[in-house]
Amino acid sequence: MAKRLSRLLLHGWHILRQLSGDDAYERYLAHRTACHAATAPLSRKEFFQHEQQQKWSGIKRCC
Amino acid sequence: MNNKIFSASIWIAVALLGASALCGIALNRGESINALWFITAALCVHAVAYRFYAAWIAARVLIIDPTRATPAERMNNGRDFIPTNRWIVFGHHFAAIAGPGPLVGPTLAAQFGYLPGTLWILIGAVLGGCVQDMVTLFFSMRRNGRSLGQMARDELGAIGGVAALIATLLIMIILIAVLGLVVVNAMKHSPWATSTVAATIPIAMIVGLYMRNIRPGRVLEGSLLGVILLLLAVAGGGWLDNQPGLRELFNHPGLTLAWAVIAYGFAAAILPVWLLLAPRDYLSTFVKLGTVILLALAIVWMQPTVKMPAFTQFIDGSGPIFGGKLFPFVFITIACGAISGFHALIASGTTPKLLSNERDIRMIGYGGMALESFVAIMAMIAATVLDPGVFFAINSPAGVVGNEAAAAVAKISSWGFPVTVEQMSLLAQQMGEATLFARTGGAPSLAVGMASIFGSAFGQGMLALWYHFAIMFEAIFILTTLDAGTRVGRFMLQDMLGNIWQPLGRTSWYPSVLLTSGLIVAAWGYFLYIGVIDPNGGVNILWPLFGISNQILAAIALCVATGILVKSDKLKHAWITGLPLTWLVIITSSAAWEKITSPDVRIGFLAAANDLAGKLASGVLPPEKAASAPTLIFNQRLDAALTMFFACLLWLIVLDMLRICARHLSGKPVPPLSEAPHHVTQLEEAWQRD
Repeated sequence: MAKRLSRLLLHGWHILRQLSGDDAYERYLAHRTACHAATAPLSRKEFFQHEQQQKWSGIKRCC
Repeated sequence: MNNKIFSASIWIAVALLGASALCGIALNRGESINALWFITAALCVHAVAYRFYAAWIAARVLIIDPTRATPAERMNNGRDFIPTNRWIVFGHHFAAIAGPGPLVGPTLAAQFGYLPGTLWILIGAVLGGCVQDMVTLFFSMRRNGRSLGQMARDELGAIGGVAALIATLLIMIILIAVLGLVVVNAMKHSPWATSTVAATIPIAMIVGLYMRNIRPGRVLEGSLLGVILLLLAVAGGGWLDNQPGLRELFNHPGLTLAWAVIAYGFAAAILPVWLLLAPRDYLSTFVKLGTVILLALAIVWMQPTVKMPAFTQFIDGSGPIFGGKLFPFVFITIACGAISGFHALIASGTTPKLLSNERDIRMIGYGGMALESFVAIMAMIAATVLDPGVFFAINSPAGVVGNEAAAAVAKISSWGFPVTVEQMSLLAQQMGEATLFARTGGAPSLAVGMASIFGSAFGQGMLALWYHFAIMFEAIFILTTLDAGTRVGRFMLQDMLGNIWQPLGRTSWYPSVLLTSGLIVAAWGYFLYIGVIDPNGGVNILWPLFGISNQILAAIALCVATGILVKSDKLKHAWITGLPLTWLVIITSSAAWEKITSPDVRIGFLAAANDLAGKLASGVLPPEKAASAPTLIFNQRLDAALTMFFACLLWLIVLDMLRICARHLSGKPVPPLSEAPHHVTQLEEAWQRD
């Protein structure tokens, strides 16, 4: 029971992290290792800056 | 077989429950009705529409193919194209489409009574808004996530593309102005509200610095810190309100606040996104989702009684908040809660690049809008649980009911909605405000409604805190829309100007950034300024203009969708977008016609301009009104021209679409379908899932 509850909470936590973009860098690293292992990935700070710049270059919020 | 019978009987029960809830709402002419009926009707209508209509569209009209690879899979770059879990995409999509529109529109439309707005929110959403979002998402996904403007150009031709671009830019400007006006009216002479809203700026900056330099990319930590600071700012505003010296620093009339919002908008547009816009957006998303959930729980828990009648006498067009008859103005006013053209821009941009399977289209496109329409129903409940007298006292501008409290309550009571000065003073005192009269715009009455629902659910003692929390909640994402809209407007303008002189198109060249940001801010700042100095409260002018333009953008999206359906030889099913399109063309054209030609000064722009010009010429205006009269006259004429322009734009694109369809049907050449080629998905998930 406790095990199931903790698994459920962990799942919820993962969803929350993914929804908010908290784990975006980890997902980026995983994608890099899987697809473009040859070149060095961006640092966490660089990645986040890049991400935000790109995110707010288009229509992201509406009325 | 048994399973089938079981599920059929469940759905029959849901349909019957929904129908009886709707009948209960529609036929009730008694004193009051429980808000739970609204929630029941909305849930059942959306559930049935989602289960049957949306599923039918997905399977028979769009012919969703779960084995086809989505752009996210084919073009996966780990950043914007990335196959994502459908619940996550749903969250992102909903956070992007849900803005202040569905909260403000129903609140204003409540002047007609609860019924017309509620019916349109439900019918408009299931037959119009949800379909628009879903098909736009689908067509954009099949075209590698192309934007609405690009699709219009590819599928209909250059005219469609240019029309979509211009409409988007103009709508953005009107939208920002009207939202700015809503915030200004909420902060007017309210040190508590003003200081709380002002505090959100440094709070966002602290969070921005935290997420950039102290703990890069730790979104949840930063947001938690920000939300705690925001709650402290709401409480701190209450403390500040009791400090005689400090409170005067934040006690300002509308015009000063309008200038502050304009200056803020310019600063926000040229500051780097990480410092203000991005962190504020995280905060506003969390606060928004949290508050919507809390409001839903509080309504279900408290089951408040709706006190507004089903219809008021203002369906004849004499309403105090905005002039105009039930038809077409209830449709124009509800706007985003039923159909929002803006959603087509979101559904054809970010979201299609995240879908991991075509099957998710129904849940994200149709379901996302259904949830937004549910938010609109909650806003309608929050507005109509107030005593109608109180509702009109808060929302009627001084130009209609007079500046004096005694005169205002006498006038409102004479309409058959009794209210007293004592009642309004007590309410203002409970909410921690000096006065609640003439706070047009929807935010304050929504905040009073929310505060009374929250207050009765979670304790009456904190009414003032709840009120200012609700104001902060609305202001924070209105300001996010304002920042984000100004930036998008700037990019579009730079894109256009880049065709004239190339350096102006460079988004990182500072002189161009300053120039284009300044132009966009000046454009919406102008309408905001006029809205504030307008004696009838500005909302009367700006909200219908916004509604018309938003519905026209929706019509453009539906035109593109209808054109694609016909070109894909799906003429038989083209009514799914053709029907809402026809309705939108009827309501926007007749609203535009009335706004231009009506002899009633509260409806017709030209009538108002001529009336004021006549008064100015005959010298009956007092000096301070005579000084602002030429500006107001010019503005009314400009608004008439703008409305005319919008209507022409709409007809241009509708006729262009019809021309393309007619050519296709008669076998003549048309721009070819721009759908990306079929690839079979390699994602295992697609095969495993149900």
